[in-house]
Amino acid sequence: MIGFIVKGILRDRSRSLFPALIVAAGAMLTVFFYSYMQGGKNNFIETSARYQTGHLKVMTRAYAAESDLLPNDLALTGAAEVVYSLQAGYPELIWKPRIRFAGLLDVPDENGETRAQGPINGLAVELLADIRNENQNRRNLPEAEILNLEKGLIAGRLPERPREILVGSVLSSSLGINPGDRATIISSTMAGALAIADFTVAGIIRFGVTPLDKTMVIADLEDARQLLDMEDTAGEICGFFPDFFYRPQLAARLARDFNAKVEERAGNAGEDPDFLPLMLTLGEQGGLGDMIAIYDIYAFVLVAVFVAVMSLVLWNAGLMGSLRRYGEIGLRLAMGETHRHLYFSLLGEAVVIGLIGSVIGTALGLAVSFYLQAYGINAEAFTKTSEMMMTNLIRAQVTPVSYVIGFIPGLLATILGTAVAGLGIFRRRTAGLMKEFEA
Amino acid sequence: MAGPVIQTIDLTKVYPMGEYSITALNRVSLTFERGEFAGLVGPSGSGKTTFLNIVGTLDTPTSGQAIIMGTEISALSPLEAAGLRRQHIGFIFQTFNLFPVYTVYENVEFPLLLLGLPPVERRRRVMEALEWVRLADRARSRPTQLSGGQSQRVAIARAIVKKPAIVIADEPTANLDAENSYNILDIMRELNQELSITFLFATHDEKVIRYLRRKITLFDGRVAKDEILETAATPPPVT
Ligand SMILES: Nc1ncnc2c1ncn2[C@@H]1O[C@H](COP(=O)(O)OP(=O)(O)OP(=O)(O)O)[C@@H](O)[C@H]1O
Ligand SMILES: [Mg+2]
Repeated sequence: MIGFIVKGILRDRSRSLFPALIVAAGAMLTVFFYSYMQGGKNNFIETSARYQTGHLKVMTRAYAAESDLLPNDLALTGAAEVVYSLQAGYPELIWKPRIRFAGLLDVPDENGETRAQGPINGLAVELLADIRNENQNRRNLPEAEILNLEKGLIAGRLPERPREILVGSVLSSSLGINPGDRATIISSTMAGALAIADFTVAGIIRFGVTPLDKTMVIADLEDARQLLDMEDTAGEICGFFPDFFYRPQLAARLARDFNAKVEERAGNAGEDPDFLPLMLTLGEQGGLGDMIAIYDIYAFVLVAVFVAVMSLVLWNAGLMGSLRRYGEIGLRLAMGETHRHLYFSLLGEAVVIGLIGSVIGTALGLAVSFYLQAYGINAEAFTKTSEMMMTNLIRAQVTPVSYVIGFIPGLLATILGTAVAGLGIFRRRTAGLMKEFEA
Repeated sequence: MAGPVIQTIDLTKVYPMGEYSITALNRVSLTFERGEFAGLVGPSGSGKTTFLNIVGTLDTPTSGQAIIMGTEISALSPLEAAGLRRQHIGFIFQTFNLFPVYTVYENVEFPLLLLGLPPVERRRRVMEALEWVRLADRARSRPTQLSGGQSQRVAIARAIVKKPAIVIADEPTANLDAENSYNILDIMRELNQELSITFLFATHDEKVIRYLRRKITLFDGRVAKDEILETAATPPPVT
């Protein structure tokens, strides 16, 4: 009987080609959109991780509670020791101390008068320590690589000496500064005093992430410590999975483990709880967890919509099909096939069509997705005004789910559509059959 | 099986038509033994098709009984009726109604698939049936490649391949020319005699009537005449 069904499908193109094409189209779109959304999601997770949150981040509890305000007076002291203990306790991650600070960049003219001035977000990282290879003894990746500095450099060079900074591209053009120019950073020290120091602009950097390009200044960590009077202090210590693939469960487990240990130790020592270190995952910072969840819901809704729309189309196709096959169905009933059997044989056809269509559609969808994984789509028009931590070039990302997700609408919609359309069979009476078969 | 293959007792079918109703069959009591070659004749609207429909378990009577292969059919569920058709009843229609996308072989094989016979057995029976209708060489053809006469022969093969007790044929020659009509009548008579399959026709066609061994005339839903035709065995005139 299965052979009979398959032969019928293969030979009757209107029974196979049209529905299979619809299924293939739907499966392809689903695979593509899913992969593209995954790409978008990962883009924004990865960008956040690299520039802002790490996959894990250690701060003092007080700093974490107000991290939006960059409260450097609440930073972690004894940073080197904390970094080493993190490195020892969680060697599968790369640990990087960073300081963030808000301030002004003041650009003087030849006479030393202010020519231009703008607010900045400073990020101080171990640029020179990496160059000096000071971190060789532990798992390391230079910050220049984590922040993709080489790639983003559009003028000048990376800092090689103390008192050199990188300036975001939009900021640099709005202030009219070029590599080699001098600029003054004005901020406040850890203790709340005025902090002011001269720097040389080593290079201009374009992150391709709008919020960064507008305000970001990157400085060396030691320079910032001097500027802000933060000796051996770090606002935050970011942990990165070396492959930059975020593992939410693993991250959560590590954070739980770390925080529990801190709790235990603090209980014994009776330290000020506000200044105890706290480890947060990427998802726990800045509502990223919610955004990821929302993204996943979008992906789910997308697939659901595809299933619904395709089901409608295929239901229609099924109705047309059974209209066209009215004679065949009547004949089969006359020959003693039961309504049930007939119904399930139609469902069987749907499964075959759904499988064939899904395979073809998935293959096509994967092809497009792989292409966009390699080349990406420039979404600058959309991200220009956005404050999302997202690079403008959005690449699709093929995940294991990409290989199977097309089968959900492909199979489900075909089966659903046929199941509904096929119900008509049960209403078909045999009483009129003989008359129908008169000329 | 002992006893008649078909027996109807006061079989009545009334079609309600709004205010009034049409009595298509009015207390028809007929009995057919195994191996009969019988036909219903009568003017258009006399109830021939209605009778075949009920006897073929495609429809149910308004009152009275139809006992097919020992089973009273008005009590059957659609499922049981389908089972009865699958096992015991073959249909031949005026329009041949082959499955267009399947080959001759596959068309004939279909009833055996429904019965769940093993492949070897199916193959033997299909080829045997095709030989009966002299189309073994066209097993791989598609219905569209066949003439009307050939198509109706395939339909006959499909009806008899499961060796049913009863074959019901409503106007089987209406779409055929004389030569093809005689051809299929010959084949059906052969099958009737060799396999003792009961053939029950509804027809206006003189050529068919010439072959009948029993002719039942319906008029206004009643049996007007029920005659045994002794001349049935005479070969058809050459045309
Ligand atoms: N589904 C139906 N609804 C209402 N009336 C019907 C229905 N089927 C048949 N009839 C009526 O029942 C009567 C018998 O019809 P039937 O089709 O059995 O005649 P018939 O002898 O086969 O005629 P013909 O030689 O034209 O095929 C007719 O008056 C017909 O109009
Ligand atoms: Mg009729």
